[in-house]
Amino acid sequence: MSSFLSSSIGKKLIMSLSGLFLIVFVLVHLILNSFLMFDSTGELFNAGAHFMSLPIIRFGLQPVLFGGFIIHIIYAITLTLQNQKARPQKYAVQNLSNSSTWSSRNMFVLGGLVLVFIAMHLMHFFVPIQIEGNVHDDAQLVKALFTNGSMGLVYTGLYVLGAILLGLHLAHGFWSAFQSIGFSNKIWKKRLEKVSYFYAIFVAAGFIIIPLYLHFFA
Amino acid sequence: MADKILKELTIRVWRQKDAKSKGKLESYKINNISGGTSFLEMLDILNEELINKGTEPIAFDHDCREGICGMCSLFVNGRAHGPDNDITTCQLHMRKFSEGETITIEPWRAGAFPVIKDLIVDRMAFEKVLQSGGYISVNTGGVPDGNAIPISYDDAEEAMDAAACIGCGACVATCKNSSAMLFVSAKVSHLAKLPQGRVEATRRAKNMVAKMDELGFGNCTNTGACEVECPKGISIANIARLNREFLSATIKE
Repeated sequence: MSSFLSSSIGKKLIMSLSGLFLIVFVLVHLILNSFLMFDSTGELFNAGAHFMSLPIIRFGLQPVLFGGFIIHIIYAITLTLQNQKARPQKYAVQNLSNSSTWSSRNMFVLGGLVLVFIAMHLMHFFVPIQIEGNVHDDAQLVKALFTNGSMGLVYTGLYVLGAILLGLHLAHGFWSAFQSIGFSNKIWKKRLEKVSYFYAIFVAAGFIIIPLYLHFFA
Repeated sequence: MADKILKELTIRVWRQKDAKSKGKLESYKINNISGGTSFLEMLDILNEELINKGTEPIAFDHDCREGICGMCSLFVNGRAHGPDNDITTCQLHMRKFSEGETITIEPWRAGAFPVIKDLIVDRMAFEKVLQSGGYISVNTGGVPDGNAIPISYDDAEEAMDAAACIGCGACVATCKNSSAMLFVSAKVSHLAKLPQGRVEATRRAKNMVAKMDELGFGNCTNTGACEVECPKGISIANIARLNREFLSATIKE
């Protein structure tokens, strides 16, 4: 088993399973966020946020989620370092634009930028709501971030950018996870790619619309 | 119709005396090359000129010159086997280039493929991966009867498509991670799809992947660049199959 985990395919399997787990999380997160648009009083969102603060979630599911992130990040670093080492001498001229997509070649960079975004995002919401625990109206906290003066526009822009980066990461990551597990062939690759693009656009669009909506209409 | 003549081209080529020396790109001018000249013939012409001038000719790999042996390599203008699809470098013609163009030619770049001289790299790593795959259990002796073992049409076709791999190394050369997954997956697949190769399929997948990792090839990130640059159009569906074979081999243990 240890030889399996140290093999290239074993490490890729861990990458895909943790990735698929995070893909599910992102969807749950988006559904919860969408409550902000469907209920202007914020009660629906607050109820959702309250549920996410229940001990069973905080001490049961949250460590699993953080674990998923950490595994995904550690293996991304390990694999990328190995890949760098596999080509000690680089090409003087290399043209990959007609043989692969930009996002597929820049997954590590995209993932790193998404991580920077997540760090900022945690500081905005996770820390005051779940660590400090002194927020009573979570929806108001969210609305305030996107509407407060000129910084409101800056944060709206940053969240839109974060959503775009996440979308690009998912566009390759989704179908790629299935490929690494072995669940793909000539027919299914096309189907999975379509689902992948649809999912990436859906998630990115969702996370873009919410801050824009709050900034302009809340 | 007469082929167009390229009056002047600049050839920027990697020159490296031997495996231990440090190489560099050097530029040469070449004149009056017909569009119908193959890329390797163009290098032959250039080499003849270099020899006449008393310069060491450019060393490059080649053999059949009809796209079936997998010997020619070359990273031309940033692409494995140059600017055309589903061909080897020997099948590339000068009509794909334009007047006055600077053509950059580099050897395959991968830690597992060290440069021996100029454009020639040592692709013995592929042989080592093949060797680690081991034997298949078929009886030697007389020629077997045709269709004695029933094989479905689709399986036969898929096995044949995978067997089209000529082991040129374009997949490794073009992959941003220098991963050999397309090569290994083709070699695993063409046997795994057939009953004769099924017997040792699990062991084969495990051993070949272990050898591939040991030799320092990178990890696959599914960019799909390999299948585009592969002269034989080997599909990355084979990589999914290799992943399946490898995972099921692990579970069975």
